[in-house]
Amino acid sequence: MRITLFIPCLIDQFHPQVGKNVVHILKKVGVEVDFANEHTCCGQPFFNAGYWKKAIPLAKRTIKAFKSAHVVVAPSGSCVHMIRKHYLELFRDNPVWLDQAHELSEKTYEFSEFLIKVIQVDDLGASLKGKVTYHDSCQVLHGLGLSSEPRQLIRKVRNLEFVEMERPDLCCGFGGFFSFKFPHIAEAMVEEKVKNILASGAEAVVGCEISCLMNIGGYLKHRGIPVRALHLADLLACGI
Amino acid sequence: MDIKTDQFQELSKKALTDGHLQQALQNLGAHIQAMRNSAFSLLDNPENLREQAHNIKRETLDRLDEYLEHLEKNVMRSGGQVHWARNASEARRLIETIALDKGVKTVVKGKSMVTEEIALNKGLIAHGIEVSETDLGEFIIQLAGEPPSHLIGPALHKTKEQIAELFSEKLGAKPMKDPQEMTTFARKALRQRFLEADMGITGVNFAVAETGSIVLFENEGNIRLSTTLPKIHVAVMGIEKVIPSLDNLDVFLKLLPRSATGQKLSSYISIITGPKRDGERDGAEEFHLVILDNGRSKILADEDLKETLCCIRCGACLDFCPVYLKIGGHSYGWVYSGPIGSILTPQLTNRKQAHQLPYASTLCGVCAEVCPVKINIPRILIALRQRYVEDSEWGKPNSVLEKGAVALYACTMRNRWLYEKVSRMARIVQIPFIKRGGLRNLPPPLNRWSRHHEVAPLEKTFRDQWRRFSKK
Ligand code: SF4
Repeated sequence: MRITLFIPCLIDQFHPQVGKNVVHILKKVGVEVDFANEHTCCGQPFFNAGYWKKAIPLAKRTIKAFKSAHVVVAPSGSCVHMIRKHYLELFRDNPVWLDQAHELSEKTYEFSEFLIKVIQVDDLGASLKGKVTYHDSCQVLHGLGLSSEPRQLIRKVRNLEFVEMERPDLCCGFGGFFSFKFPHIAEAMVEEKVKNILASGAEAVVGCEISCLMNIGGYLKHRGIPVRALHLADLLACGI
Repeated sequence: MDIKTDQFQELSKKALTDGHLQQALQNLGAHIQAMRNSAFSLLDNPENLREQAHNIKRETLDRLDEYLEHLEKNVMRSGGQVHWARNASEARRLIETIALDKGVKTVVKGKSMVTEEIALNKGLIAHGIEVSETDLGEFIIQLAGEPPSHLIGPALHKTKEQIAELFSEKLGAKPMKDPQEMTTFARKALRQRFLEADMGITGVNFAVAETGSIVLFENEGNIRLSTTLPKIHVAVMGIEKVIPSLDNLDVFLKLLPRSATGQKLSSYISIITGPKRDGERDGAEEFHLVILDNGRSKILADEDLKETLCCIRCGACLDFCPVYLKIGGHSYGWVYSGPIGSILTPQLTNRKQAHQLPYASTLCGVCAEVCPVKINIPRILIALRQRYVEDSEWGKPNSVLEKGAVALYACTMRNRWLYEKVSRMARIVQIPFIKRGGLRNLPPPLNRWSRHHEVAPLEKTFRDQWRRFSKK
């Protein structure tokens, strides 16, 4: 199997190791990986904030960049959600692009979804000593309906203890523009999230969405709390 | 009530520092969510029911004019009178006229959001009419002179100590501690008002076109008293409250109480068809139905926003909303709050003034998951944001700074070469800000983020690294 990687801008810029770990893991299970050099941003921040006219050219770029791909895999739930659901809305009055948006929408998968549903592997041979919990990012859970997939992958990691926190599905308060417009509310929200993480006793919180992880992880660091926020790919690459 | 939607920033900041409110919101979240979920778990196929409810509402909206005419005809056939109000002031005037014509001196009211929306009490009181809210929560906030902070629990923001104080200050009650004692006290105070009232005013949960009946859900029995003891009953409804037939009620009987209070069924459900007939012992002698537009037909005409009108005001989206649970109802600056307030208020009130509300959400989507009529609230929030940004009729209230930053960001992302150049440049620019492994003291607006987050420095991008390790 051959896939083309979609690397969201936040991973590209701030956490390139997530991308590298995805490549590493996929190669390990025999998947060949391509990178579409031309893609930049899927347009999500613009679409969500109401700047649809700014989102359209970015969506078109993305569609073009992945035209020849058979399968697209992205280690980001919210970008997949954007491509899968919102592209169809952006182009609802444009039949030519709508067809192509459909095509991309159908061949794009979130990382954990791809592993479990498409190539059906859950044991990657990873191993890590410690205790982790999982944060259900809103776009992964409510947007894509993925909840058991990442958990199944985490549970297969050797030597690792997995605990559920209270309300794993509670929003971490990022919300893109939201945390810039209303930082006081966003802070109160991430504070509650972190309280639940700490109460679980986990040493790290794992997730499938880099923006939430940057929010939670950045807040943990700011407060000097020694709990890490880990992308699922970073966890699954441990020890392999 | 005064519209304070433009004060969202300040009001929400204040709410976050109000310890009593924070406690109340925490309790609400913890209790009502569990109750709602357990009530839903007893249903055979809740998804299917929500789907049905959605379809009933959507299909009714598609032929709303027909159903409303039907409703009017059947209300009149059963001896009631129907009044149409285009806006809040027309509705107020209509009801004031009925009251003045009949020499009404005292009014008792059942809990109703729509009468809050049209600020009915103020108008009646200005005519010297005494108005008493009879729902316990409404009774409390009326005494306090405050707007409701929740669709279902209007006085949710008040602690029992604050309520006891209010009762003694306004009604001369002795100091009380026990909530049961306070309820009994309020009931006693209200009992007399029910007996004296000349008119009862209520809202409407559902209006059945086929029979001309209105349906009211409640737990305290005060609505039943308000509709049966006084000689005149006035019910006020938004145009979207109509459903085609009594058969449709079945789905809502299962969904509304579960979503509103986590109950399998409300304690009282009244179906009222016209005034009391000859030989009947209970009921008002006169029945008036006021059907209000107040901006709703404009929503109806907009395909992207229309779904807003499916709302049955159950409050579930508030109970689950992580933003509402932090800032409470008053932050939203008008009668409707939480996710439904964020989509409804900008459509019913001054758009420009309410422009912050659609942004007051992380788009987490939990509201859409719990909404009994499956309103896709995040989708409507995004549609409203799009109007604000791109439709000049909505007023483009976003700041120049924001628009500039967005334009720059978009322009960079449209060109791979530029994107790569900018990111390389940013890696250099950030150097003076890197301290102890993180980016600190960032300039505005980035400091809004760095205030509460340690930001990891930009690294050599994945794409730059890919070029290297793909060559290997
Ligand atoms: S939007 Fe849905 S959940 Fe919110 S109050 Fe209306 S019906 Fe209830």
